[in-house]
Amino acid sequence: MSQAVVSINYKKSVIDAVIAGLLALIVFGPIVGIVLDGYDFNAEPERLMWIVLTVMAGRLAASVFFQTSKGAAFLYKHSSKEEGVHVLPPGHKSKLRWIIPLTIVIALLVPFIASKYILTVVILGLIYVLLGLGLNIVVGLAGLLDLGFVGFYAIGAYGLALGYEHLGLGFWSMLPISAIIAAIFGAILGFPVLRMHGDYLAIVTLGFGEIIRLVLTNWTEVTQGPNGMNAPLPTFFGMEFKRRASEGHVPFHEFFGIPYSSVYKYIFIYLVLLLVVLGVLYVKKRLTKMPIGRAWEALREDEIACRSLGLNHVLVKLSAFMIGASTGGLAGVFFATYQGFVNPSSFTFFESALILAIVVLGGMGSTLGVVIAAFVLTVAPELLREFADYRVLAFGMLMVLMMIWKPRGLVRMTRTGVEQREGNVK
Amino acid sequence: MSQDSILKVDNLVMHFGGIKALNDVNFEIKRGSVSALIGPNGAGKTTVFNCLTGFYKATGGNIMLDACGKTTSVIQVLGEPFQASDFLNPVAFAKRLKYKMFGGSHLVNRAGLSRTFQNIRLFKEMSVVENLLVAQHMRANRSLIAGILNTKAYKKSEEEALERAFYWLGVVDLKDFANRLAGELSYGQQRRLEIARAMCTNPEIVCLDEPAAGLNPSETEALTKMIRVLRDQHNTTVLLIEHDMGMVMNISDYIVVLDHGEVIAKGGPEDIKSNPKVIAAYLGAEEGEEVTL
Repeated sequence: MSQAVVSINYKKSVIDAVIAGLLALIVFGPIVGIVLDGYDFNAEPERLMWIVLTVMAGRLAASVFFQTSKGAAFLYKHSSKEEGVHVLPPGHKSKLRWIIPLTIVIALLVPFIASKYILTVVILGLIYVLLGLGLNIVVGLAGLLDLGFVGFYAIGAYGLALGYEHLGLGFWSMLPISAIIAAIFGAILGFPVLRMHGDYLAIVTLGFGEIIRLVLTNWTEVTQGPNGMNAPLPTFFGMEFKRRASEGHVPFHEFFGIPYSSVYKYIFIYLVLLLVVLGVLYVKKRLTKMPIGRAWEALREDEIACRSLGLNHVLVKLSAFMIGASTGGLAGVFFATYQGFVNPSSFTFFESALILAIVVLGGMGSTLGVVIAAFVLTVAPELLREFADYRVLAFGMLMVLMMIWKPRGLVRMTRTGVEQREGNVK
Repeated sequence: MSQDSILKVDNLVMHFGGIKALNDVNFEIKRGSVSALIGPNGAGKTTVFNCLTGFYKATGGNIMLDACGKTTSVIQVLGEPFQASDFLNPVAFAKRLKYKMFGGSHLVNRAGLSRTFQNIRLFKEMSVVENLLVAQHMRANRSLIAGILNTKAYKKSEEEALERAFYWLGVVDLKDFANRLAGELSYGQQRRLEIARAMCTNPEIVCLDEPAAGLNPSETEALTKMIRVLRDQHNTTVLLIEHDMGMVMNISDYIVVLDHGEVIAKGGPEDIKSNPKVIAAYLGAEEGEEVTL
C-alpha cells in the first residue's frame, strides 16, 4: 500500500447505503412489512424500518471501511486476482494442515454422537465423495468428459446384489470384486471411445450410462427389472446386524449381549465407508504425484505432445477410465448395502449430472474441493427438505453463479514445487 | 542400410485426398550430424516431419530408423492394413494386430526419435519440472504399488528423474524457472523448454520444427550453441526445419531442399548455396532461364 493519506469519499458511501436500503425495502417489504391476518393484512412499517436501517448502517460502515487502507488491503487479499493454477514453493506446508487429523477424529466420533438420521445423511455424503473422487480422476485429471459415470455406480451396486442372489457372496467378497468388474467395464467402454475427444466422448459415455440402466431394467430374469433386488448388509467377523441372523450366524447384538438397535448397522457401514474413503483419498494423493498421474494431466493438456514423448495415449486413457470406474464401483457397493435394496431408478442421468456438478463445483482435479462439494450437494438438499421442488433449479443457479465467480471451482488446484538440485545424467 | 546413417527415407509419398503433398522423397541422415530440411513455404517440410515422427501415416514408401540398437520401420509401427497373406500366417497376423491396436507415434519416440513442434505444445498448466518428468515416463518406475507405498526404489527413480530434469534445465538455461508454470514462460524460454523436454526422452535423433522461429538474433545465437552441445556432448543427431538461412548455413553439415513435395537438392551448405535449382525455388526463375549466382 502507498503511504499517501487515503481520503474517504463519504458521498459515495452514502449513495451505496441508500441503494442498499432501497434494495432491502424491495426484498423485505412484502415479506416483513405485510402480515396476513385471515383474508386481510396488516401493515407493519416499524419492523421493516428497523431492518432497512440496519442494512443501510451496515452498508455505510462497510463502504467506509473498504475505502480505508486496511479495508482495501483486506479486499485485495480476498479478491480472486489469480484464478489460474499456481506452483507452490518447494517444501510448502499448508497453514491448515492441522485440519486433517482434526477432521479424521471428528469423523470417527460422528457415529457415537449423531442421531441415526444424521448418520444416514453423512453416509450418503461419503458415498458421493467416493463418486466425486472417481469422476475427478477421469474428468479433472485426465480431462475426459464422462457423462455416464452413473453406469459404474450401478455396476457396483448391482454387483453386490447379483453376487448375493446368484453366487451367495457377501459384502466383503463383493467389495473388491465389484470394483474389479467396474474397472473391466471401464476398459470395455474406454477402448472403443479412445479416439474421441470432448463432446463426442461425452455423448458416447452418456449412451453407456443409459445402456447400463436399460439393461438392468429390462433383463428381468437376472436383475428382476424395476422390482429391484435385495442387497446384503456387511458382516462383522461373520456376525450379522439383523434382529435374527440367518442359519449358522450370530447376530451382533446377541454376541455382545446388548439390546437390538438398527443404528449399529449404520455405524458399522459408516466406519467401513470412512476407512475406504480415507484409503481412496490417500491413493488419489499419491497417484497425482506418480508418473501415471502426471501422464493423465499431460494428456489433458496436450494429447499430441504426449504421443511425441512416447506415452501410449490409449493405455493412459484406459488406466484413468479403469481407476475412476473402480472407485465408482466401490461407491455403488456401499450404496447398495446402505439401502439394502437396489433398483434401476437410482441410476438415472440426473445422478451423473450431480456427480459431474460435484467435480466442477469442487474444482477440477482438486481433492479437497471435491470432498467439500460432495457434502454440500448431498447434505444441503437434506437440510432444505421443504424446498425439494426447487432443488434442480437451485443446482442450476448455483452452477451459473460458480461459473461467473469461480470458474475453476471452489478450490483451485496447486502444483508442488521441487527443490533446486544439481543436474546429473547417467 | 549402412551403419553410419541413422534415418533413411525411401520413395516417401503422402497424399491428402487428391493433393500430392510429398512425391517420392528420398534422403539419408548421417549419424551424429546436424542436418536441415529447407524449402519455400508449402514445400512439404512439416509433412515430411510428421511422416518421420509418425503423426501422419505415409501413403507409400519406407522410413527406416536405425537407433537404440535396432532398426524400426516407422510405417509398420503405426499399424498397416491387413493383407490377404496375413490370414495364413498367424505370426504376421498377430504382429499386425498388435501394431493396429497399440501402435502409434509413441512407438517412434520409443525407438529413439523425438521431436518439437512448430507451434509450441507444452503442458501449459504444469510446472516446468513436471513437463520434463512427463517426458521421462518410459524410464520412470511406473509400478502402481511401489508408487502408492512410496518404496525406496520408487523414491530413487523419482530422484534420478529430477536430477536428469535439472541437468537439461541447466543445458537450456532455465534452472531458475523450474517451479514456474510452463505457460507463464516467455516465447523463447518455451521453445528452449520444448527442446529440453524432447531430449529428456533420451533420443538418438531429435527433430526440431522451426526452433528459431520468433527468436531474436541473440536467442538464435544461443540456440545454435545449444544444438552444437546436443551433437557434440550427447551424440545426438539433429534434424531441423528452419527458415533462418544464416543459422542453417552456420550449423548444418547436410541440407535437404524440398520444393513442391520433391527433393530438389541435397548436400553440404556450400553446394546448396550455389545450386541454381535452389535459388530458382526461392527466388523464382523464368521458364528456361539459366540461373546463375
